Formats: sequence, structure tokens, C-alpha cells
Amino acid sequence: MTAGVPLLNVEHLTMRFGGLVAIDDVSFAAQSGQITGIIGPNGAGKTTLFNCITGFYKPTVGRVALTAAGETHLLERLDGHIIAKTARVARTFQNIRLFPGMSLLENLIVAQHNKLMRASGFTVLGLLGLPIYRHAEVRAKELALDWLRRVQLIDLADQPAGSLPYGGQRRLEIARAMCTDPVLLCLDEPAAGLNPRESAELNELLLGIRDEYKIGILLIEHDMSVVMKICDHIVVLDYGRKIADGGPDAIRKDPAVIRAYLGEDEAA
Amino acid sequence: MQMMQTKSGPTFMNAMMAKDLAVTTFIAFSLSFLLVGFQTLALQGQQLSYINHLGDVAWSVVLVVLGRYGLLVDREGAHRITLVVCGVAAIYLIGSAVAGLAEVTWYAMLPLPFAQPMVNGIFGAGAAILAVRAASNMVTRRATMMSVEQREAYETRRNRLNRKFSQTVGPIMVLLAIFMPITPWGDRGRVDTLVVILTSVMLGWGLNIVVGLAGLLDLGYVAFYAVGAYTYAKMSIGFGWDFWQTLPFAGLFAAMFGVALGFPVLRLRGDYLAIVTLGFGEMIRIVLLNWTDFTSGAQGISGIPYMDFFGIPFIREPQEGQQSFAKLFGVEYSLDHRIYFTYYVILCLALITNFVTIRLRKLPIGRAWEALREDEIACRALGVNPRNTKLTAFGIGAMFAGFAGAFYATRLGFIAPFSFTFDVSAGILAFVVLGGMGSQVGVALAAIILVGLPEVTRELQLYRALIYGCAMVLIMLWRPRGLLSHREPTIYAMPAKSRFFGLWK
Amino acid sequence: MEYLLQQVINGLTLGSVYGLIAIGYTMVYGIIGMVNFAHGDVFMIGAFNSMILFLVMGSLGITWVPLQLLVVLVLAVIFTSVYGWTVERVAYRPLRGSHKLAPLISAIGMSIVLQNYVFLLQGAKPKPLQSLLPGGIQLMQTEDFVVQLGYMQIIVFATTIVLMYGFWKLITATSLGRQQRSCEQDMKMAALLGVNVDRTISLTFVMGAALAGVAGYMVTLYYGSNDFYMGFVAGIKAFSAAVLGGIGSLPGAMLGGMLIGLVEAIWSAYFAVEYKDVAAFAILVLVLIFRPTGLLGRPEVEKV
Repeated sequence: MTAGVPLLNVEHLTMRFGGLVAIDDVSFAAQSGQITGIIGPNGAGKTTLFNCITGFYKPTVGRVALTAAGETHLLERLDGHIIAKTARVARTFQNIRLFPGMSLLENLIVAQHNKLMRASGFTVLGLLGLPIYRHAEVRAKELALDWLRRVQLIDLADQPAGSLPYGGQRRLEIARAMCTDPVLLCLDEPAAGLNPRESAELNELLLGIRDEYKIGILLIEHDMSVVMKICDHIVVLDYGRKIADGGPDAIRKDPAVIRAYLGEDEAA
Repeated sequence: MQMMQTKSGPTFMNAMMAKDLAVTTFIAFSLSFLLVGFQTLALQGQQLSYINHLGDVAWSVVLVVLGRYGLLVDREGAHRITLVVCGVAAIYLIGSAVAGLAEVTWYAMLPLPFAQPMVNGIFGAGAAILAVRAASNMVTRRATMMSVEQREAYETRRNRLNRKFSQTVGPIMVLLAIFMPITPWGDRGRVDTLVVILTSVMLGWGLNIVVGLAGLLDLGYVAFYAVGAYTYAKMSIGFGWDFWQTLPFAGLFAAMFGVALGFPVLRLRGDYLAIVTLGFGEMIRIVLLNWTDFTSGAQGISGIPYMDFFGIPFIREPQEGQQSFAKLFGVEYSLDHRIYFTYYVILCLALITNFVTIRLRKLPIGRAWEALREDEIACRALGVNPRNTKLTAFGIGAMFAGFAGAFYATRLGFIAPFSFTFDVSAGILAFVVLGGMGSQVGVALAAIILVGLPEVTRELQLYRALIYGCAMVLIMLWRPRGLLSHREPTIYAMPAKSRFFGLWK
Repeated sequence: MEYLLQQVINGLTLGSVYGLIAIGYTMVYGIIGMVNFAHGDVFMIGAFNSMILFLVMGSLGITWVPLQLLVVLVLAVIFTSVYGWTVERVAYRPLRGSHKLAPLISAIGMSIVLQNYVFLLQGAKPKPLQSLLPGGIQLMQTEDFVVQLGYMQIIVFATTIVLMYGFWKLITATSLGRQQRSCEQDMKMAALLGVNVDRTISLTFVMGAALAGVAGYMVTLYYGSNDFYMGFVAGIKAFSAAVLGGIGSLPGAMLGGMLIGLVEAIWSAYFAVEYKDVAAFAILVLVLIFRPTGLLGRPEVEKV
């Protein structure tokens, strides 16, 4: 990890929709090899923040810089698919977005689209059936199968993704994001709707990804037990503003955070 | 409420049903009174006049209300009586319609609601739909009463059935197509009809890339077909090139038009694409009609060179020093040579389209098309460029239409704007929709039936577009993915038992 | 200059027609987020309904023009509205919640059915109808050119203005309008709050068809020549008008209609008349490239 230059640096990010200010001058940094939690009450602007980082929204003001392997990308200038392709930021969605009609394996192969496109000579070589593409496809399939094993879905590999139960869909979406070989993984409420056992497994999975791949993880989560257990660093948003930023212990004691969650009166 | 009534036996009339029937009467009357009741006549040199058909209006209203009543009674659980009554009505109406189309003499003596056999047939088809519905309700109960698991199991079964069917029928159809001309039935007229059908099949397969795989609704597919045809006509006449030299250009220009049209529109929502392509098809026709210097306008272009044998023409009397097919092979000249060769050319072109489609589906680009169809936002998050990916689908689909257009021009030797109307686009779309989006065998079968049947009688040809339209609506209501649709993964974790047959799905 | 003025008058007449059709597109798009492909054909049917009604009234011996105009307008609107209701009931309602191509395909099927329904019943030939009210007011006169505002044009403008006012009141000030706007914003929430969503959507189609019926009535009166294919191109142009004005915006639809009408009239006067349809289509494509939200439309925020 290069000290000093963080993986993701968000500076003075502001997002307005007409008159509504969804994010107001938010700055924070996230490091490689760390899980950065983003928490806050409903409507605090967490998902909007994700959408700005991953290029689905163009921020009104501010800078989002991603530095990996000595290269810096200014994400606020790029389109979503370019961010995923060149800056290698992967994400999941709050309301899961799989390709429901395609098999689990296909879902993970589509995630390796750009790599395979190059190998298939942008379709021309692939159409001719050259071995260079066949080999690339075999490797892509192996990677996909590895991930399916890891998220315990290997037995269902040829089933349509839409037939998976909820927890399986969440895991598959994470596996799919990881198949893009990201440097930053953005997870939007991955534990929502999971039972306690599944939630615990998810924690293991995320810690495993962090330690093995040394990538940065941004995590939006409502479940405080998950957040406090696995996050190395927490950013708290309220009404689009950052109200706290620090380690789990500091956040737990922060008066502004307590006020935001419990309300003015109870805290006083 | 329905459950309770099932126990106590079906009700044949209650206040709700009466109200429903009253509304139906009003609707049927309003839809038919003016347009059916008064046929306007614009006779030369006279003012507009009309003849009335109020009897037809009465019959339409009565039959529609009876049909609605059958549906309501069926819904109440009296499946058997609906089945019997509607079944008898369907057999009688359709039977007499067939008799009428076959022009038997006793048709005029039958007591029938309408004079035209086709109209009786259409109402008969309505009765048949009700009868089939009642029958299937009798067997499977109502779909709403199925549990989720039952319905899933039903879908899986249906999927497997469709796959099996396609895997068996596909190769048989290809073999039949290859050997048809050398069978006793392969006379010149029939082979020529088959050429028309195969052109439609090829167009259907080309459009299937765009609609079935990429999920983009292209309503102006005929425009690319026209571009191919005119490219061939102009280049072969202007430069004296033969079919094989011009074919790549026809595909290339059509693809370029596709990309140029798709570029501004494909980043927008799906229905914008639909209406822009719809408009584009019409605009191309208007340009072809009015740009007389280039296209000869409504007269069309004639004298387009016919199909040649890889540069060697099929002609009776070659000039001095000119080669001809008959001379080369030392056989007697016959028109059959050209027609049969033309047939095999379109068969090859169609099969190439099929092969390329199946191949593309298993390449990253094909998977990206399907993924885009399923969820565009997820695709963007995975680094798939939505616009370029859609453009490729659009361009490749257009390219095949261009090839088919060039073939069309060389087969007829004559093209004119009236061959490239919206009806053609609608027809091709009907093959794709009816056969099953993404199902190659389904599209081919639909094309064979929808193009082949109207060749049988003139009367059917008049009603062809109406039937296409009705088919589109009904199929969407009944099975929105098409009759034979099924989807197999493009890559398996577990080795499949038999891969060979996979080629035909 | 006089010639231009005349073209502007003609263009605005045409624009009123496009605007009325465009409102149907824009309302349906606003509420269910889909293009109603059969809408152009509903307009065509409106024109045929008016034409037949005029003929029948004439043969019944009712020849007092104001009565004829009024009765035909009311009846034509009623009969045409039923078509709008039917299109929604058959092609859209059963497919709500189906995959996204299904309603588009069934609607295009509906459009083909309507076209061929009229083609089979009424034949392919254009039907000319004699003008009820020839003549007009001469606005300006130079030695070789007369600028005229036809009586028919006055009727077209007056009807359009009255309708627009009434319609605007209907949408902004009645409970029906409120229900409709609530369905536009959030269909699920509206349903939870007791709005009958099915009924509201049906009524939207009926209103759209009623306005298309009025447009058909005007075309019959003013141009007096109908054929089964007229809805196709008029539909595309009216849709272009809706997009130009900003899809989902009612004043936008009217504005877009007027602009398209003007462009068409002026193009026909000064450039190649054969390409007037292409010009309208080119506007659609240009708007989609440079300003997909149209003149008065609000940008759509994508929900992720």
C-alpha cells in the first residue's frame, strides 16, 4: 500500500437534484486493504454517493480520484461503464441486479466481458473459432467456477440466476463484482434481508476478500453489528452531510452520530 | 369468491355478469356501427356515397356478446358447456369458411352470419380460442390457482418440451430443405415458392439477433432490406459486377445505415428506438419513391442481372467468347438451372445467418447482448459499453437484411419502393414474435406458415396483414416470449450429454 | 411575405391537428411510460368516423351546417374514444408487469389490426368529402396574392383553443386530473392510497383517443380526404411533436405540434414538397440527439 495517497479520495462532493441537495460537500478517503463503512439514517445520501463514485450520476461539484498502480483516474468525469472497465471499480446494488434469465455461470462470465472481448479479437477471431479465444474462455470459466465454489453456489452453476433464493442472489452479485477484477468494491447493503447465519457468512466472505486481494471495500450497511465488527473505518452521513469519520470505537462514542440516530431529545 | 361459486356450481347470470355484458354490447356496437355499418364508396366522378351493412353490425355485436358470455361462464367454472358450444360454433364457422374459400357451390346456401368466408372464419377462430381455453382450463384448472412451484415446474417442462421439439425438427427441416428439389415434388413453381419462404426465414433470423437476443425492437427492418436491394441494383447495373462481388457491399451499406441510425437513438429508452426505426422505414420508402434520378421512383429499377454461377451467367445463347453455365458443363440450357441454383444460394445464406447467430450467442458479444436485454444498469456496472454493444447487434442484424435484399433484387430482376413497405417489417417481426424470441426453429416455422399459407389462396393474401397483427397481439397475451421460446445457457459448468444437437436450437 | 403569412396560417392549422394527437402520446407516455403505437391509427379511425357521420347525416336530410358540425363532433368523439379504451384493455392492461417488449409488440400488432380493419371494410382508395363550409375571410390582398383565413381554419383554431382550456382545467383542477398525475408519479403508491389505477389509465387512453377523434374530425373537415394509411405518418409526426415539446408535458405537446406544423407548411412551400415527411422525421432525430428532454420536458433521473 502506498502510504499517503489513498485508493479513493472524495473531495467536496456535492450532488443536487433540482432544489434538493442529496449530498452536501462530502470529503473522505478510503484505503486499499481496508473496509470502509458508510452509514447513516435513511435518506442520508449513501446510495447517491455510490452512484456518484460509480458514474451513474454526474456530481454537481467535487472530485473523486481513484489511485491504483500509480495511476489516478478522476471518476467524476467518466461514464459508468468506463469506470468499471478502466478504473476497475465494481459495485453491487441495493435491489439486486442480476441477469435473472442467464445461468449463474453466465452471470460471472459476462462480468469478464472486456477481457474476453479482447481475447475474441472483438468477435472476429472468436467467430472463426481460433484457439486463442477458446483458451481465454476456459480460463474465464475456471475463475468463475472458483468464485461459485467460494460463495457455495457451485451446485447450481447451470441454473438461471433468477431461481436463486435471496441470500444466494446477494452472494452471486458479490462474486460477479469480484470477477471483474476490481481495485475498489462498492457494496450497497449486502446484508439486507439476510438471516443471522447468512449475515455471519457474509462477514467472513468480505474479510476474506479484503485480506486475500488487498482491495478497498466500500460498504453501505444498516446493521450496526456488521458494521462495527468488520469495518476498519467508518464514515457517517446525515442529510447529505458528513458528520463523523473514524474507527469503529470513535464512531460509537461520537455525540453527533448518537444524535443523528437517536434524535435530539434523547441524546440531550 | 370464485372458490365459493365453484363449490355451489357455476352461476349462469348475476348482476355483475349482466353489467359486463351490457358494457360489451356497448363496446362492440361502438366499434362496429360506423365502420362496419356504412361502407363508403368513392366512385369516379361522383360524390362520396355509401351502402349500409347494418345486418353485419347486428351479427358482430351478437357474436361478440355471446363470446364474452362464453368467457364469463367459463370463468364461473362451466368449462364443459363452453367447450361444447364454442367448439361446435368454431367447427361450423371455420369449416364453412374453408368451403367458401374452396368455392364450393353449396356455400351460398349455408345459413351463415356473414357473406365473406374469411369473416366467418375469423369469428370461428375466436370461438376456437374460447374452446381451447375452456378445454385447457378443464385439464389444468385456472392458472391463478396454481402454486408458484407448480407454475415453475410447468415452465420447466414446457422449456424442455420446446427444446426437444426444436432439436428434432431443426435437423429434419434442414435435410428436407436440402433434398427438396430432387424429390418428385420439387418442381420449378414449388421451388420458387420455397425461395420466397427461405428469404423470409433469413430475414426472420436476422431480426431475431436484434429483437430476440439484444431485446431491441426494430420496426423498420425493411429499410435495411431495401438498402441491400438498391445497393445491388445500382452496383450491378452501374459497375457490371456480378452477384458475388456486390453482395458484401450490400451487407456493408445496410450495416452502415443501421449504425448511423442506431447511434443517436440507442442510448435512449427502448420505445424511442422502436418509433424511430418505424419512422426510418417509412422515410427510406419516401426517399426511394421521390429520388427519381437515382432510384427511378415508383417505376422501380428493372433489368437487374439475375443470379450467376460464381461469375458465369445462366443464359441460353452466350455471345462469342462468353462463357455460360450450360456451355461450361456441356448440358442443355434450362431455366431450371438458374432457379435451382438460386434456391441453394438462399438456403446457404439463410443457414449462414443461422450459424453465425448461434456462434455469436456463445461469444462475449452475444452474452453481452443477452445481459443488456436483462439489465442494462448491471451491465454498465460490469464495464459493458451499452451503446457499442447494442450498435453491433443493430449493425449485424441490418447486414443480414442487406444480404437478403441483394438476393431479392437478383431473384426478381426488378425492385420498386412498393416492395419495401411497413407491412414487410411487420411480417418479419411477426415471425420472430410468433416463433419465439431467440428460437431459431420457431422463427423458421412461423415464417413457413405465415408466408406459405397465403400462397394457397388469394383471399388469404388480402387478410394477411390483419392476421399478422392479430397473431402479434394474441401471442403477447398468451405467451409473451413466443410459442417455441426456450433458453439454454451458452456455457455449462457440467459437461452436457450431447452437444451435437445443440447446434440447432 | 404574404405567401409566408398564408403558410403560417396553414401551418398552424396543421399544427393544431398534430398537437391534439401529440397530447394523446404524451399523456399515455406520462402515465405508463410507453409509446402507444396504435394512437395514430385511432386518429385515422376518428377521421373515418367523422366522414361516415357527415355522410349519414347528409343522407338523413340534416343539412343545417352548425347542427351537423356539432352532432358529428360529439358522436365522432364518443365512437373514437371507445377505440382508445379497447386498445388499452386488449393490448396494454393484460401485459402490465410482463417483460418490457411485450406491450410494445402487442400495441404495434393493434396498430396493424386497426389499419387493416379499416382497409378491409372501407377499401384502399382515398375518400374525398366535399367541403361543408368553403370560403373564408380575406386578411390581406396584394395585386397577385390573397391571404385567406378559411372558415374551416377558424373552426379548427376555435375548437383547439376551447379544448385546450377545458383540458387544462380537467388535468389541473379536477379529482380525475389529480388521480392521473398521482399515477404518473408513482403508480404503486397511488394504488395504495385508494386511486383506481386501472380506471385512471383507461381514462387516460380514452381522453387521448377523444382528442385524436377531434383531430380526425378536423382533418376530415379541413382536408376532406381520408385513407386507411393516414394514421401512420400522422402518428409519427405527432410523436415527433410530443418529443420536441418534451414528452410528458401537455403544453409541450401543443407547442411541438405547432412547430412541426409550421415546419411542414413552410418546407412544402419553399423546398421539396415530397420530402415534407422526411423533414418532420429529421426534426425527431435531431431533437433526440441534442435535446432528448425536448423543449419543455424535465430531465429524467435514472433510478439505480
